[in-house]
Amino acid sequence: MSHPVLQIENLQTHFFTDRGQIPAVDGVTITVQKGEVVGIVGESGCGKSVTSLSVMKLVPNPPGKIVGGSIKFKGEDLVSVDEKRMRDIRGNEIAMIFQEPMTSLNPVFTIGDQIGESVRLHTKASKKEARARAIEMLKKVGIPRAEAIVDEYPHQLSGGMRQRVMIAMAMACNPELLIADEPTTALDVTIQAQILDLMRQLNREADTAILLITHDLGVVAEMCHRVVVMYAGNVIEQGDVRTILKSPKHPYTIGLLNSLPKLEGSQERLYSIPGNVPIPGSLTVGCRFAPRCDKVSDRCRSEMPELKVVGDNHLSRCWLTE
Amino acid sequence: MAEDLLIVKNLKKYYPITGGVLGGEVGVVKAVDDVSFTVKSGETLGLVGESGCGKSTTGRSLLRLIEPTSGAINFDGIDVMSLSTDAMRKMRRDMQIVFQDPFASLNPRHNIEKILEEPLIVHGLGSSAERKKRVQEMLEIVGLSSYHASRYPHQFSGGQRQRIGIARALMLKPKLIVADEPVSALDVSIQSQVLNLMQDLQREFGLTYLFIAHDLSVVRHISDRVGVMYLGRIVELTTSSQLYSNPLHPYTKALLSAVPSPDPDAVRERVILQGDVPSPAKPPSGCTFHTRCPHVTEECRTVRPEFMDAGDGHFVACHLYKS
Repeated sequence: MSHPVLQIENLQTHFFTDRGQIPAVDGVTITVQKGEVVGIVGESGCGKSVTSLSVMKLVPNPPGKIVGGSIKFKGEDLVSVDEKRMRDIRGNEIAMIFQEPMTSLNPVFTIGDQIGESVRLHTKASKKEARARAIEMLKKVGIPRAEAIVDEYPHQLSGGMRQRVMIAMAMACNPELLIADEPTTALDVTIQAQILDLMRQLNREADTAILLITHDLGVVAEMCHRVVVMYAGNVIEQGDVRTILKSPKHPYTIGLLNSLPKLEGSQERLYSIPGNVPIPGSLTVGCRFAPRCDKVSDRCRSEMPELKVVGDNHLSRCWLTE
Repeated sequence: MAEDLLIVKNLKKYYPITGGVLGGEVGVVKAVDDVSFTVKSGETLGLVGESGCGKSTTGRSLLRLIEPTSGAINFDGIDVMSLSTDAMRKMRRDMQIVFQDPFASLNPRHNIEKILEEPLIVHGLGSSAERKKRVQEMLEIVGLSSYHASRYPHQFSGGQRQRIGIARALMLKPKLIVADEPVSALDVSIQSQVLNLMQDLQREFGLTYLFIAHDLSVVRHISDRVGVMYLGRIVELTTSSQLYSNPLHPYTKALLSAVPSPDPDAVRERVILQGDVPSPAKPPSGCTFHTRCPHVTEECRTVRPEFMDAGDGHFVACHLYKS
């Protein structure tokens, strides 16, 4: 059996600040198989973005540092590789797209230059070949007038178009893994639908594995094969998309799903999880969700539960599922 | 039958585009273009639409925080447009606004007591002791504690700040609250807390809401009636259950089908719109939606459809539904 595309095991990324060591990611294990779309969901501060940045080794150091665990990309441990090898991998074998397409594009270079940059860097293509590749990619992501757009600047494009450019750039070197960090959060729903459609198509045609980071459970339902739910730096539940959305086991996942207003049917009152999202590092003993959980027991407050198998391909971190 | 608290007729807000050698006016951006609606006392009217559709401009024009270009606004029997600046300020005792960004709308140098007390001072209400007592009460009402009064905005989380924003709007016991994307910046679990709070407050104080948001499921949940905006115009307006079960306008249909559903079994016909929202500086002729509409006809390109009743108070602006 071949290696999975990505195998994150017990990853710990901590931030060393004036106020002490903050465990932003505290023991995360995620596997992504070839051609699979895996979603990481969670609220702000749960460590989902830091997890993805750790894979790319883009966590600013200092203050951030991977202090434990391993990240294996096709069997190669990324935690221990040097920066030179990492530069070969970034943009070539693993590509990433970010939430805000305006701040992740360079305003003083043309679209063609920016897409061509990674092509030239990784394939030794000539300037002309890189430009041709840029036009080809722009056409692939559905940008009209690709020959003209290639010479335009990011500010001349709309938000949806910029996100298409980001995807074109990420896909230019045919990566095996695409990490998408909230790719549609800044976009309107009708534009979001276009972008999700495009990503699904790329996943199908190029068999690119996608690690999709989002807070939107609707996006997860439409895109992902498997889901990882994170809370306060931990994975608290993971499983197939159907299992997680239809029969979740962890009280947090259940609460999250219940607090969503629905388009179909009507409900008088929304369920709401009491309290606030914890500040990373503020909880050290017991289950991280215990202060907000309505099924909390004494054991939850003193002992952190393990991530245990609770069903077919379904893991949950809760004492209730013992 | 509840009375109409707010009647808006033909509201327009045009922003001039200046250019040329003399800096003259070379065009206008029609941010809000001929919008009419009514809000009944005690109901929640939702306004949805994508960015740039003019929903926030509409909300702010009602309080004349942005001066409308033309139109009539009647609030509680008073012609708002004819009021002087001073009279308008007094008028705002009854119409308050809650903003989207709870980080940007609270003064970081003032503690919560000062922030909440300010509206009372501006309107010269109560003695110092009475005002402070009212602040304490209001904090409890919105689910915070009285000891929070001495803290500063940065010491609160996003959800708590939004509670403070709501508390500030409620200090003057207004009749109408314009809520401009009040939950968009919040996490899902916090969003439901704030939505529940707003519903509780409405019941308790008999508030009327104009709820502006881009999230269709949130608007559906909280609103009695919903207006859908596109490029400065309301294209459809009806009760929230009608809108979701029987949308008429092609744009509403596309918008509803584009919302990703967290239910993996939900089967829906997907209408994926092509292209982007056109620029409001150069809106398309005729029906502004014709460039993206799947049912476009020759008439749509030239004639602007009237906003009319297609039966049972279900208003739509589309040539497909001409009787």
